[in-house]
Amino acid sequence: MSHNTLLVFELTILVLAIFLGFEVISKVPTLLHTPLMSGTNAIHGIVIVGAMIVLAQPDKSAFTWVVGFVAVILASANVVGGFVVTDRMLEMFKKRAPAKDDEGS
Amino acid sequence: MSTNLANLLYLITIVSFVLALRFLSNPAHARRGNQIGAAGMVLAVVVTWIKIGTTSWWAIAIGMLIGGGFGAVAARKVKMTAMPQMVALFNGVGGGAAALIALAEIHRILPEPGAPKVDISVAIVLSALIGSISFSGSMIAFAKLQELIGGRPITYPGQQIVNALVFLVAVGSGVVLVAGVQDEWLLWILIAAALLFGVLFVLPIGGADMPVVISLLNAFTGLAVAAGGFELENNVMIVAGMLVGASGTFLTMMMSRAMNRSIANVLFGAFGQVQAGAGTAAGANGTVRPTTADDVAVMLAYAHKVVIVPGYGMAVAQAQHDVRALADVLESKGVEVTYAIHPVAGRMPGHMNVLLAEANVPYPALKEMDEANAEFPRTDVSLVIGANDVVNPDAHNNPGSPIYGMPILDVDKSKAVVVLKRSMNPGFAGIDNPLFVEPNTMMLFGDAKESVAKLTSAVKQL
Repeated sequence: MSHNTLLVFELTILVLAIFLGFEVISKVPTLLHTPLMSGTNAIHGIVIVGAMIVLAQPDKSAFTWVVGFVAVILASANVVGGFVVTDRMLEMFKKRAPAKDDEGS
Repeated sequence: MSTNLANLLYLITIVSFVLALRFLSNPAHARRGNQIGAAGMVLAVVVTWIKIGTTSWWAIAIGMLIGGGFGAVAARKVKMTAMPQMVALFNGVGGGAAALIALAEIHRILPEPGAPKVDISVAIVLSALIGSISFSGSMIAFAKLQELIGGRPITYPGQQIVNALVFLVAVGSGVVLVAGVQDEWLLWILIAAALLFGVLFVLPIGGADMPVVISLLNAFTGLAVAAGGFELENNVMIVAGMLVGASGTFLTMMMSRAMNRSIANVLFGAFGQVQAGAGTAAGANGTVRPTTADDVAVMLAYAHKVVIVPGYGMAVAQAQHDVRALADVLESKGVEVTYAIHPVAGRMPGHMNVLLAEANVPYPALKEMDEANAEFPRTDVSLVIGANDVVNPDAHNNPGSPIYGMPILDVDKSKAVVVLKRSMNPGFAGIDNPLFVEPNTMMLFGDAKESVAKLTSAVKQL
């Protein structure tokens, strides 16, 4: 695929992603807006893929080495932290508190 | 692994991310959605790892252990009340990673013969610019929320001009770079200016406007990642980044609509400095009626319907569990208890919902603004816990007020209002609140957590 064909293709999915994003997110109730934020936060942790690609370049300079390494650290903090925090939040949303369980604790 | 196969597997990741968002439409299966998203993320990492081969694999592994370890520990340890700053922090590091990738890419591309392709250099400039702003902006938001620096708006004369100049330097060096001047220093200047701009742009924004800022920074990081996807010709980064960009934009619009202010007004208005320090609500046009926990307990226990209006003060005092305990006691006495949640109560979208969910409050009891407002006229007691601006009647009545026009919770329509507050200091926005001097309002001063605990034990004894 030539570079320009690829670019047009990428722009196409970019625009579709915008519409898809708005469509899906407008269905999220305000009740869950915090998990939505932190969930999307985790999703942009996909930047880890880019950080890995940078750090895996062959014959890289010391500079790229350092930059890539720091990028991997930041991105993995983003991914793991994002998903764990979101999981903790969503775990708490219950329809009805268990009748007896939490009274004792 | 061939590029085609990798992209095909990335498609599974993309689908899992969309499902993760889709599942968020209902609290019952939202958690499952998040797990699906996490599985998709693992798949993307594995695919990438196989594709890039073994070069520096140990460096990647060490980096992941450090970052992932930090992320896991921080995310596990953090208290639910500190959630906004955690979200800001994880958002910032994502933006920082995107900016670093741009830096590494320009370093790789520039020495190559021939000029870089325009679309690639545009993508590099954009992800460096937006990623850096998101990084430093999020760090300042983190510092403000963590109270490392004051939550009050910080303003000085000529602020807008300074900000505009810094931004112009960043954009200018980007334009020059795209125009074909092949000098890596341009990107350094761009990043430095963008980092500075991020700091300058969040500093003047007051605590009460944080929900808008955090949503916006979330969108920024998404966009920076999407631009990074163009740099590296990586589909999954483009789509995932853009999904986040769309989501953050949507939330930003929702939040500013909930405050009835334009996004520009939130970002550049720095409201609060107008009346900051005017802690003289008492003398103005009425008297404050302080009350005691015992009196309030009687009112609550003999009410038919009590509405609890939580605000950031409840988060600060970490009073959510005590609030739930109070509600339990009241319910056992046959009182109907619901919660009225303003969209911008707290420091991020949906902040109060998360805190109350932590305290095991069943979510059907959490009422959104429209629903709650319909119920206030038949409410006996509104218990305002650490909320201020979202119940300020000036938003309806006083055209001179900075929050005039903002939709509020009409607690003043209920038969009685009890405001739990630490002191008569104005809220974070620094605006007087006439609610406190209305005839049917009583003030219960003290730390929210202690006051609520006192109320609970007083109600129990009745």
